Amino acid sequence: MKLSDFTTRSGEWLRGMGPHSEVVISSRIRLARNVSGERFCSKLDRARRADLEKRIRLAILAAELAPSMLYADLTQSVELERQLLVERHLISKPHAASEDPRGVAVSGDEQISIMVLEEDHLRIQVLRSGLQLDEAWEQISAVDDKLDDSLEFAFSKRLGYLTACPTNVGTGIRVSVMLHLPALKLTGDIEKVFRAAKDLKLAVRGLYGEGTEATGDFYQVSNQVTLGKVEEDIISDFRHTIIPRIVEFEQMARRTLLNERTHFLDDKVHRAVGLLRSARILTSEEVLFLLSHVRLGANLGRVRDVDVGLINELFLNTQQSHLQKVLGKRLDTEPRRIARAEYVRKKLGSAD
Amino acid sequence: MKGDCEGCKKPATIHLTEIFGGKKVEKHYCEGCPKLAGDALAAKSHTPINELLSNFVLQHSGAVRDAGTSCEACGITWAEFKQTGLLGCEHDYTVFERELNLVIQRAHEGAQHHVGKVPARRAAGAIVPKKKVDLARLRRDLAKAIEAEDYERAAKLRDQIRQAEG
Repeated sequence: MKLSDFTTRSGEWLRGMGPHSEVVISSRIRLARNVSGERFCSKLDRARRADLEKRIRLAILAAELAPSMLYADLTQSVELERQLLVERHLISKPHAASEDPRGVAVSGDEQISIMVLEEDHLRIQVLRSGLQLDEAWEQISAVDDKLDDSLEFAFSKRLGYLTACPTNVGTGIRVSVMLHLPALKLTGDIEKVFRAAKDLKLAVRGLYGEGTEATGDFYQVSNQVTLGKVEEDIISDFRHTIIPRIVEFEQMARRTLLNERTHFLDDKVHRAVGLLRSARILTSEEVLFLLSHVRLGANLGRVRDVDVGLINELFLNTQQSHLQKVLGKRLDTEPRRIARAEYVRKKLGSAD
Repeated sequence: MKGDCEGCKKPATIHLTEIFGGKKVEKHYCEGCPKLAGDALAAKSHTPINELLSNFVLQHSGAVRDAGTSCEACGITWAEFKQTGLLGCEHDYTVFERELNLVIQRAHEGAQHHVGKVPARRAAGAIVPKKKVDLARLRRDLAKAIEAEDYERAAKLRDQIRQAEG
Protein backbone atom coordinates (compact mmCIF):
# COMPACT_ATOMS: atom_id res chain seq x y z
CA MET A 1 0.00 0.00 0.00
CA LYS A 2 1.23 3.50 -0.87
CA LEU A 3 0.20 6.96 0.30
CA SER A 4 -1.41 7.63 -3.05
CA ASP A 5 -3.74 4.61 -2.71
CA PHE A 6 -5.74 6.39 -0.04
CA THR A 7 -7.70 8.62 -2.41
CA THR A 8 -9.47 5.70 -4.00
CA ARG A 9 -11.45 5.14 -0.80
CA SER A 10 -13.40 7.53 1.37
CA GLY A 11 -11.61 8.33 4.63
CA GLU A 12 -12.83 6.90 7.91
CA TRP A 13 -13.79 10.34 9.21
CA LEU A 14 -16.25 10.98 6.37
CA ARG A 15 -17.68 7.53 5.91
CA GLY A 16 -20.94 8.94 7.27
CA MET A 17 -21.71 5.81 9.26
CA GLY A 18 -21.98 5.02 12.93
CA PRO A 19 -24.25 6.19 15.75
CA HIS A 20 -25.78 9.71 15.42
CA SER A 21 -24.07 10.08 12.04
CA GLU A 22 -26.59 12.69 10.85
CA VAL A 23 -24.89 15.11 13.28
CA VAL A 24 -21.76 13.37 14.57
CA ILE A 25 -19.26 13.00 11.73
CA SER A 26 -16.43 11.33 13.63
CA SER A 27 -14.90 10.54 17.00
CA ARG A 28 -11.21 10.94 17.58
CA ILE A 29 -8.88 10.27 20.47
CA ARG A 30 -5.22 11.14 20.43
CA LEU A 31 -2.50 10.41 22.98
CA ALA A 32 0.71 12.44 23.29
CA ARG A 33 3.69 10.23 24.21
CA ASN A 34 7.45 10.67 24.45
CA VAL A 35 10.22 8.09 24.59
CA SER A 36 11.91 8.14 28.00
CA GLY A 37 15.60 9.06 27.94
CA GLU A 38 15.37 11.05 24.70
CA ARG A 39 15.09 14.84 24.49
CA PHE A 40 11.79 16.28 23.33
CA CYS A 41 11.56 17.27 19.67
CA SER A 42 12.49 20.95 19.96
CA LYS A 43 15.85 20.04 21.54
CA LEU A 44 16.84 17.25 19.14
CA ASP A 45 19.49 18.03 16.55
CA ARG A 46 18.97 16.66 13.05
CA ALA A 47 21.14 13.54 13.51
CA ARG A 48 19.51 12.52 16.81
CA ARG A 49 16.13 13.23 15.32
CA ALA A 50 16.84 10.92 12.41
CA ASP A 51 18.03 8.17 14.81
CA LEU A 52 14.93 8.50 16.98
CA GLU A 53 12.62 8.53 13.95
CA LYS A 54 14.16 5.21 12.89
CA ARG A 55 13.89 3.72 16.38
CA ILE A 56 10.20 4.65 16.64
CA ARG A 57 9.51 3.47 13.08
CA LEU A 58 10.97 0.03 13.82
CA ALA A 59 9.00 -0.21 17.07
CA ILE A 60 5.74 0.66 15.28
CA LEU A 61 6.32 -1.82 12.48
CA ALA A 62 7.29 -4.58 14.94
CA ALA A 63 4.28 -4.01 17.20
CA GLU A 64 1.67 -5.48 14.79
CA LEU A 65 -0.84 -2.77 15.58
CA ALA A 66 -3.14 -3.59 12.66
CA PRO A 67 -3.40 -6.19 9.87
CA SER A 68 -1.81 -3.70 7.50
CA MET A 69 0.25 -0.74 8.59
CA LEU A 70 1.82 1.77 6.22
CA TYR A 71 4.77 3.84 7.39
CA ALA A 72 5.82 6.89 5.43
CA ASP A 73 9.03 8.84 5.91
CA LEU A 74 7.65 12.33 5.26
CA THR A 75 11.01 13.75 4.19
CA GLN A 76 10.68 11.42 1.17
CA SER A 77 7.10 12.49 0.31
CA VAL A 78 5.88 15.19 -2.05
CA GLU A 79 3.75 18.11 -0.88
CA LEU A 80 0.59 16.88 -2.60
CA GLU A 81 0.76 13.57 -0.69
CA ARG A 82 1.24 15.33 2.63
CA GLN A 83 -1.67 17.62 1.83
CA LEU A 84 -3.84 14.56 1.10
CA LEU A 85 -3.02 13.23 4.56
CA VAL A 86 -4.05 16.57 6.10
CA GLU A 87 -7.33 16.56 4.20
CA ARG A 88 -7.97 13.03 5.46
CA HIS A 89 -7.24 14.11 9.05
CA LEU A 90 -4.29 11.74 9.37
CA ILE A 91 -1.60 14.36 10.00
CA SER A 92 -1.64 17.97 11.22
CA LYS A 93 -0.82 21.01 9.08
CA PRO A 94 2.44 21.72 10.97
CA HIS A 95 3.51 18.08 10.50
CA ALA A 96 2.92 18.42 6.74
CA ALA A 97 4.79 21.72 6.56
CA SER A 98 7.87 20.75 8.63
CA GLU A 99 11.19 19.93 6.96
CA ASP A 100 12.73 17.91 9.80
CA PRO A 101 13.06 14.10 9.90
CA ARG A 102 9.58 12.83 10.77
CA GLY A 103 7.08 10.20 9.75
CA VAL A 104 3.57 8.90 9.90
CA ALA A 105 2.11 5.42 10.33
CA VAL A 106 -1.41 4.71 9.07
CA SER A 107 -3.42 1.50 9.36
CA GLY A 108 -5.09 0.16 6.21
CA ASP A 109 -8.56 1.15 7.42
CA GLU A 110 -7.22 4.61 8.43
CA GLN A 111 -8.58 4.20 11.96
CA ILE A 112 -5.12 4.25 13.54
CA SER A 113 -2.52 6.85 12.67
CA ILE A 114 0.66 7.83 14.47
CA MET A 115 2.53 11.06 13.82
CA VAL A 116 6.19 10.50 14.60
CA LEU A 117 8.24 13.49 15.85
CA GLU A 118 5.57 16.16 15.63
CA GLU A 119 5.35 18.27 18.81
CA ASP A 120 5.75 15.08 20.86
CA HIS A 121 7.70 11.98 19.81
CA LEU A 122 4.43 10.17 19.15
CA ARG A 123 0.94 11.47 18.58
CA ILE A 124 -1.18 8.34 18.46
CA GLN A 125 -4.65 8.81 16.97
CA VAL A 126 -7.71 6.63 16.57
CA LEU A 127 -10.44 8.02 14.33
CA ARG A 128 -13.85 6.39 13.89
CA SER A 129 -17.05 7.34 12.11
CA GLY A 130 -19.98 8.61 14.14
CA LEU A 131 -20.03 8.61 17.93
CA GLN A 132 -17.73 5.72 18.90
CA LEU A 133 -15.59 7.05 21.72
CA ASP A 134 -15.62 3.96 23.96
CA GLU A 135 -14.49 1.82 21.03
CA ALA A 136 -11.83 4.38 20.12
CA TRP A 137 -10.48 4.43 23.69
CA GLU A 138 -10.27 0.66 23.90
CA GLN A 139 -8.44 0.58 20.58
CA ILE A 140 -5.99 3.39 21.31
CA SER A 141 -5.18 2.17 24.81
CA ALA A 142 -4.14 -1.21 23.35
CA VAL A 143 -1.92 0.53 20.76
CA ASP A 144 -0.41 2.63 23.55
CA ASP A 145 0.38 -0.49 25.64
CA LYS A 146 2.03 -2.30 22.75
CA LEU A 147 4.26 0.68 21.90
CA ASP A 148 5.14 1.30 25.54
CA ASP A 149 6.44 -2.28 25.75
CA SER A 150 9.28 -1.49 23.38
CA LEU A 151 9.66 2.30 23.64
CA GLU A 152 9.05 2.97 27.38
CA PHE A 153 7.25 6.29 27.48
CA ALA A 154 8.31 9.15 29.76
CA PHE A 155 6.08 8.96 32.82
CA SER A 156 6.17 10.44 36.30
CA LYS A 157 4.28 9.17 39.31
CA ARG A 158 2.93 12.62 40.12
CA LEU A 159 2.38 14.15 36.67
CA GLY A 160 1.68 11.08 34.54
CA TYR A 161 2.78 11.07 30.89
CA LEU A 162 5.30 13.86 30.32
CA THR A 163 4.68 15.95 27.21
CA ALA A 164 6.57 18.69 25.39
CA CYS A 165 3.86 21.20 26.27
CA PRO A 166 2.62 21.22 29.88
CA THR A 167 -0.95 21.76 28.66
CA ASN A 168 -0.98 18.08 27.59
CA VAL A 169 0.69 16.56 30.65
CA GLY A 170 -0.98 13.77 32.65
CA THR A 171 -3.12 11.62 30.41
CA GLY A 172 -1.86 13.28 27.22
CA ILE A 173 -5.35 12.70 25.89
CA ARG A 174 -7.37 14.80 23.52
CA VAL A 175 -10.88 13.66 22.79
CA SER A 176 -12.35 15.42 19.73
CA VAL A 177 -15.76 14.94 18.21
CA MET A 178 -16.46 16.41 14.78
CA LEU A 179 -20.01 17.71 14.49
CA HIS A 180 -22.05 18.99 11.57
CA LEU A 181 -24.22 21.83 12.91
CA PRO A 182 -25.81 23.60 9.94
CA ALA A 183 -29.19 24.23 11.60
CA LEU A 184 -27.67 25.87 14.68
CA LYS A 185 -25.65 28.07 12.33
CA LEU A 186 -28.78 29.05 10.38
CA THR A 187 -30.79 29.84 13.51
CA GLY A 188 -27.87 31.68 15.10
CA ASP A 189 -27.95 29.49 18.21
CA ILE A 190 -24.42 28.20 17.53
CA GLU A 191 -23.12 31.04 19.73
CA LYS A 192 -24.78 29.37 22.72
CA VAL A 193 -22.83 26.19 22.01
CA PHE A 194 -19.58 28.20 21.97
CA ARG A 195 -20.41 29.84 25.28
CA ALA A 196 -21.40 26.57 26.97
CA ALA A 197 -18.25 24.89 25.66
CA LYS A 198 -16.08 27.67 27.03
CA ASP A 199 -17.67 27.33 30.47
CA LEU A 200 -16.89 23.60 30.40
CA LYS A 201 -13.29 24.33 29.40
CA LEU A 202 -13.78 22.68 26.02
CA ALA A 203 -12.26 23.93 22.79
CA VAL A 204 -14.36 24.39 19.65
CA ARG A 205 -12.33 24.42 16.46
CA GLY A 206 -12.84 24.28 12.73
CA LEU A 207 -12.50 21.51 10.19
CA TYR A 208 -8.74 21.01 10.43
CA GLY A 209 -8.16 21.65 14.12
CA GLU A 210 -6.14 24.33 15.85
CA GLY A 211 -6.41 27.72 14.18
CA THR A 212 -8.78 26.75 11.37
CA GLU A 213 -12.15 28.16 10.39
CA ALA A 214 -15.39 26.28 10.82
CA THR A 215 -15.97 25.83 7.09
CA GLY A 216 -18.95 23.81 5.95
CA ASP A 217 -20.53 24.11 9.43
CA PHE A 218 -18.15 21.45 10.77
CA TYR A 219 -17.07 21.95 14.36
CA GLN A 220 -14.60 19.96 16.45
CA VAL A 221 -15.31 19.90 20.17
CA SER A 222 -12.42 18.75 22.35
CA ASN A 223 -11.20 18.65 25.93
CA GLN A 224 -8.37 20.85 27.13
CA VAL A 225 -7.81 19.59 30.67
CA THR A 226 -5.59 16.49 30.63
CA LEU A 227 -4.45 16.29 34.27
CA GLY A 228 -6.40 15.26 37.39
CA LYS A 229 -9.01 13.30 35.48
CA VAL A 230 -9.24 9.65 34.53
CA GLU A 231 -9.42 8.98 30.78
CA GLU A 232 -12.67 7.04 31.10
CA ASP A 233 -14.30 9.96 32.94
CA ILE A 234 -13.24 12.48 30.28
CA ILE A 235 -14.65 10.19 27.59
CA SER A 236 -17.81 9.47 29.55
CA ASP A 237 -18.53 13.22 29.85
CA PHE A 238 -18.38 13.51 26.06
CA ARG A 239 -20.29 10.31 25.43
CA HIS A 240 -23.12 10.80 27.90
CA THR A 241 -23.40 14.55 28.46
CA ILE A 242 -21.63 16.97 26.14
CA ILE A 243 -22.24 15.39 22.74
CA PRO A 244 -25.83 14.15 23.30
CA ARG A 245 -26.78 17.68 24.43
CA ILE A 246 -25.28 19.38 21.39
CA VAL A 247 -26.84 16.73 19.11
CA GLU A 248 -30.25 17.30 20.70
CA PHE A 249 -29.82 21.06 20.37
CA GLU A 250 -29.01 20.69 16.66
CA GLN A 251 -31.95 18.30 16.16
CA MET A 252 -34.23 20.83 17.84
CA ALA A 253 -33.00 23.58 15.52
CA ARG A 254 -33.58 21.26 12.54
CA ARG A 255 -37.15 20.54 13.69
CA THR A 256 -37.79 24.26 14.16
CA LEU A 257 -36.56 24.99 10.64
CA LEU A 258 -38.59 22.11 9.23
CA ASN A 259 -41.86 22.92 10.99
CA GLU A 260 -41.82 26.69 11.36
CA ARG A 261 -39.51 28.00 8.65
CA THR A 262 -40.04 25.48 5.87
CA HIS A 263 -39.69 27.97 3.00
CA PHE A 264 -36.52 29.44 4.48
CA LEU A 265 -35.04 25.94 4.87
CA ASP A 266 -36.07 24.78 1.41
CA ASP A 267 -34.76 27.97 -0.13
CA LYS A 268 -31.32 27.49 1.45
CA VAL A 269 -31.19 23.82 0.49
CA HIS A 270 -32.38 24.17 -3.10
CA ARG A 271 -30.30 27.26 -3.79
CA ALA A 272 -27.29 25.18 -2.74
CA VAL A 273 -28.33 22.28 -5.01
CA GLY A 274 -28.96 24.72 -7.86
CA LEU A 275 -25.62 26.46 -7.52
CA LEU A 276 -23.69 23.20 -7.31
CA ARG A 277 -25.43 21.94 -10.46
CA SER A 278 -24.93 25.19 -12.37
CA ALA A 279 -21.76 26.96 -11.21
CA ARG A 280 -18.80 27.09 -13.58
CA ILE A 281 -16.23 28.28 -11.02
CA LEU A 282 -16.14 27.01 -7.43
CA THR A 283 -13.70 27.59 -4.55
CA SER A 284 -13.23 24.78 -2.04
CA GLU A 285 -14.71 26.98 0.66
CA GLU A 286 -17.87 27.70 -1.35
CA VAL A 287 -18.34 24.00 -2.08
CA LEU A 288 -18.12 23.16 1.63
CA PHE A 289 -20.66 25.87 2.42
CA LEU A 290 -23.10 24.66 -0.26
CA LEU A 291 -22.63 20.95 0.45
CA SER A 292 -23.38 21.63 4.09
CA HIS A 293 -26.84 22.90 3.19
CA VAL A 294 -27.42 20.01 0.79
CA ARG A 295 -26.43 17.53 3.52
CA LEU A 296 -28.91 19.19 5.89
CA GLY A 297 -31.62 18.97 3.20
CA ALA A 298 -30.86 15.32 2.50
CA ASN A 299 -30.94 14.45 6.22
CA LEU A 300 -34.34 16.14 6.56
CA GLY A 301 -35.76 14.54 3.42
CA ARG A 302 -36.01 17.87 1.55
CA VAL A 303 -33.73 16.69 -1.27
CA ARG A 304 -34.57 13.23 -2.48
CA ASP A 305 -32.34 12.75 -5.50
CA VAL A 306 -28.98 13.35 -3.79
CA ASP A 307 -27.47 10.52 -1.78
CA VAL A 308 -25.79 11.37 1.57
CA GLY A 309 -22.92 9.04 0.67
CA LEU A 310 -22.28 11.09 -2.47
CA ILE A 311 -22.36 14.33 -0.47
CA ASN A 312 -19.74 12.94 1.94
CA GLU A 313 -17.61 11.86 -1.02
CA LEU A 314 -17.83 15.35 -2.51
CA PHE A 315 -16.86 16.97 0.81
CA LEU A 316 -13.53 15.16 0.56
CA ASN A 317 -12.87 14.99 -3.16
CA THR A 318 -13.44 18.70 -3.81
CA GLN A 319 -10.66 19.63 -1.36
CA GLN A 320 -7.61 21.09 -3.04
CA SER A 321 -5.31 18.06 -3.03
CA HIS A 322 -7.96 15.37 -3.37
CA LEU A 323 -9.40 17.08 -6.43
CA GLN A 324 -6.00 17.11 -8.14
CA LYS A 325 -5.44 13.48 -7.17
CA VAL A 326 -8.86 12.37 -8.40
CA LEU A 327 -8.43 14.23 -11.70
CA GLY A 328 -4.87 12.96 -11.98
CA LYS A 329 -3.25 16.32 -12.72
CA ARG A 330 -1.73 19.35 -11.04
CA LEU A 331 -3.80 22.49 -11.44
CA ASP A 332 -3.25 26.15 -10.55
CA THR A 333 -5.87 28.07 -8.61
CA GLU A 334 -8.08 29.29 -11.48
CA PRO A 335 -8.14 26.09 -13.60
CA ARG A 336 -8.68 24.17 -10.35
CA ARG A 337 -11.83 26.14 -9.55
CA ILE A 338 -13.16 25.49 -13.03
CA ALA A 339 -12.29 21.79 -12.79
CA ARG A 340 -13.92 21.63 -9.36
CA ALA A 341 -17.19 23.04 -10.68
CA GLU A 342 -17.05 20.61 -13.60
CA TYR A 343 -16.43 17.66 -11.28
CA VAL A 344 -19.34 18.63 -8.99
CA ARG A 345 -21.71 19.06 -11.97
CA LYS A 346 -20.72 15.66 -13.28
CA LYS A 347 -21.29 14.00 -9.91
CA LEU A 348 -24.57 15.74 -9.03
CA GLY A 349 -26.01 15.92 -12.54
CA SER A 350 -25.66 19.20 -14.41
CA ALA A 351 -28.65 21.59 -14.46
CA ASP A 352 -28.48 21.92 -18.25
CA MET B 1 -8.76 45.03 -5.14
CA LYS B 2 -6.72 45.30 -1.99
CA GLY B 3 -3.25 44.89 -3.46
CA ASP B 4 -0.83 42.11 -4.24
CA CYS B 5 0.13 38.92 -2.39
CA GLU B 6 2.84 39.32 0.30
CA GLY B 7 4.59 36.23 -0.99
CA CYS B 8 4.50 36.17 -4.78
CA LYS B 9 2.94 39.49 -5.88
CA LYS B 10 0.01 37.83 -7.65
CA PRO B 11 -3.38 39.51 -7.09
CA ALA B 12 -4.36 38.86 -3.47
CA THR B 13 -7.62 37.09 -2.61
CA ILE B 14 -7.06 36.52 1.12
CA HIS B 15 -6.86 39.48 3.47
CA LEU B 16 -5.79 39.18 7.10
CA THR B 17 -5.90 41.81 9.77
CA GLU B 18 -3.51 41.23 12.65
CA ILE B 19 -3.17 43.33 15.75
CA PHE B 20 0.36 43.70 17.12
CA GLY B 21 0.70 45.71 20.32
CA GLY B 22 -2.43 47.71 19.55
CA LYS B 23 -1.34 48.43 15.96
CA LYS B 24 -3.45 47.09 13.10
CA VAL B 25 -1.50 45.41 10.31
CA GLU B 26 -3.20 44.30 7.10
CA LYS B 27 -1.71 41.47 5.10
CA HIS B 28 -2.68 40.18 1.67
CA TYR B 29 -2.09 36.78 0.09
CA CYS B 30 -3.15 34.78 -2.94
CA GLU B 31 -4.87 31.41 -2.34
CA GLY B 32 -2.44 28.60 -1.56
CA CYS B 33 0.58 30.89 -1.22
CA PRO B 34 3.26 29.16 0.91
CA LYS B 35 3.92 32.46 2.69
CA LEU B 36 0.34 32.48 3.96
CA ALA B 37 0.71 29.01 5.48
CA GLY B 38 3.98 29.99 7.14
CA ASP B 39 2.69 33.27 8.56
CA ALA B 40 -0.52 31.68 9.76
CA LEU B 41 1.41 28.94 11.55
CA ALA B 42 3.73 31.41 13.21
CA ALA B 43 0.78 33.44 14.41
CA LYS B 44 -1.23 30.49 15.69
CA SER B 45 1.41 28.33 17.33
CA HIS B 46 0.76 27.71 20.99
CA THR B 47 -1.58 30.58 21.59
CA PRO B 48 -3.10 28.96 24.68
CA ILE B 49 0.18 28.25 26.45
CA ASN B 50 1.55 31.65 25.48
CA GLU B 51 -1.51 33.29 26.97
CA LEU B 52 -1.08 31.27 30.14
CA LEU B 53 2.53 32.23 30.40
CA SER B 54 2.16 35.89 29.70
CA ASN B 55 -1.08 36.60 31.49
CA PHE B 56 -0.65 34.53 34.56
CA VAL B 57 2.83 33.36 35.31
CA LEU B 58 4.45 36.70 34.62
CA GLN B 59 2.20 38.31 37.21
CA HIS B 60 3.55 35.82 39.70
CA SER B 61 7.13 36.27 38.65
CA GLY B 62 8.21 36.39 42.30
CA ALA B 63 8.05 32.62 42.13
CA VAL B 64 10.40 32.48 39.16
CA ARG B 65 14.07 32.11 39.97
CA ASP B 66 16.77 33.90 38.02
CA ALA B 67 16.52 33.28 34.32
CA GLY B 68 19.99 31.72 34.16
CA THR B 69 19.00 28.31 35.56
CA SER B 70 19.15 25.71 32.83
CA CYS B 71 18.44 21.99 32.61
CA GLU B 72 21.63 19.93 32.59
CA ALA B 73 20.12 17.31 30.30
CA CYS B 74 18.80 19.52 27.49
CA GLY B 75 20.14 23.01 28.23
CA ILE B 76 16.80 24.79 28.17
CA THR B 77 16.26 27.89 30.33
CA TRP B 78 12.96 29.10 31.74
CA ALA B 79 13.21 32.17 29.50
CA GLU B 80 13.52 29.91 26.46
CA PHE B 81 10.50 27.87 27.51
CA LYS B 82 8.47 31.04 27.99
CA GLN B 83 9.25 31.99 24.43
CA THR B 84 8.38 28.70 22.72
CA GLY B 85 5.92 27.10 25.17
CA LEU B 86 7.76 23.81 24.66
CA LEU B 87 9.97 21.95 27.10
CA GLY B 88 13.25 20.33 26.04
CA CYS B 89 13.15 17.02 27.91
CA GLU B 90 11.36 15.06 30.62
CA HIS B 91 13.77 16.32 33.33
CA ASP B 92 12.52 19.90 32.88
CA TYR B 93 9.47 18.91 34.89
CA THR B 94 11.80 18.44 37.88
CA VAL B 95 14.23 21.29 37.17
CA PHE B 96 11.45 23.87 36.79
CA GLU B 97 8.96 22.17 39.09
CA ARG B 98 8.07 25.28 41.05
CA GLU B 99 7.49 27.50 38.03
CA LEU B 100 5.68 24.81 36.07
CA ASN B 101 3.30 24.07 38.93
CA LEU B 102 1.66 27.45 38.35
CA VAL B 103 1.32 26.85 34.62
CA ILE B 104 0.04 23.31 35.11
CA GLN B 105 -2.53 24.20 37.75
CA ARG B 106 -3.77 27.06 35.64
CA ALA B 107 -4.11 24.89 32.53
CA HIS B 108 -5.76 21.97 34.31
CA GLU B 109 -8.30 23.58 36.62
CA GLY B 110 -6.07 23.39 39.67
CA ALA B 111 -5.10 19.72 39.24
CA GLN B 112 -1.59 18.74 40.35
CA HIS B 113 -1.71 14.95 40.24
CA HIS B 114 -2.16 12.41 37.51
CA VAL B 115 -4.97 9.99 38.31
CA GLY B 116 -5.34 8.30 34.94
CA LYS B 117 -3.70 5.44 33.12
CA VAL B 118 -0.39 4.06 34.37
CA PRO B 119 1.82 2.20 31.86
CA ALA B 120 1.22 -1.55 32.28
CA ARG B 121 4.99 -2.04 32.55
CA ARG B 122 5.11 0.22 35.62
CA ALA B 123 2.02 -1.18 37.24
CA ALA B 124 3.36 -4.73 36.84
CA GLY B 125 6.81 -3.78 38.10
CA ALA B 126 5.55 -2.09 41.24
CA ILE B 127 6.26 -3.88 44.51
CA VAL B 128 2.64 -3.75 45.59
CA PRO B 129 0.62 -3.35 42.39
CA LYS B 130 -2.65 -2.75 44.27
CA LYS B 131 -1.15 0.31 45.93
CA LYS B 132 -1.17 2.12 42.57
CA VAL B 133 -4.87 1.67 42.15
CA ASP B 134 -5.58 2.83 45.70
CA LEU B 135 -3.39 5.87 45.24
CA ALA B 136 -5.30 6.82 42.13
CA ARG B 137 -8.57 6.48 43.98
CA LEU B 138 -7.26 8.52 46.92
CA ARG B 139 -6.28 11.32 44.56
CA ARG B 140 -9.67 11.27 42.90
CA ASP B 141 -11.35 11.44 46.30
CA LEU B 142 -9.05 14.29 47.24
CA ALA B 143 -10.00 16.23 44.12
CA LYS B 144 -13.67 15.66 44.90
CA ALA B 145 -13.24 16.71 48.52
CA ILE B 146 -11.53 19.93 47.47
CA GLU B 147 -14.25 20.60 44.95
CA ALA B 148 -16.86 20.09 47.67
CA GLU B 149 -14.81 22.35 49.95
CA ASP B 150 -14.63 19.55 52.52
CA TYR B 151 -11.18 20.51 53.75
CA GLU B 152 -11.16 18.26 56.80
CA ARG B 153 -11.59 15.21 54.59
CA ALA B 154 -9.14 16.67 52.07
CA ALA B 155 -6.44 17.01 54.74
CA LYS B 156 -6.96 13.39 55.83
CA LEU B 157 -6.79 12.18 52.24
CA ARG B 158 -3.67 14.20 51.59
CA ASP B 159 -1.95 12.59 54.60
CA GLN B 160 -3.00 9.16 53.36
CA ILE B 161 -1.60 9.93 49.91
CA ARG B 162 1.72 11.12 51.36
CA GLN B 163 1.95 7.96 53.40
CA ALA B 164 1.13 5.75 50.42
CA GLU B 165 3.69 7.54 48.24
CA GLY B 166 6.32 6.75 50.88
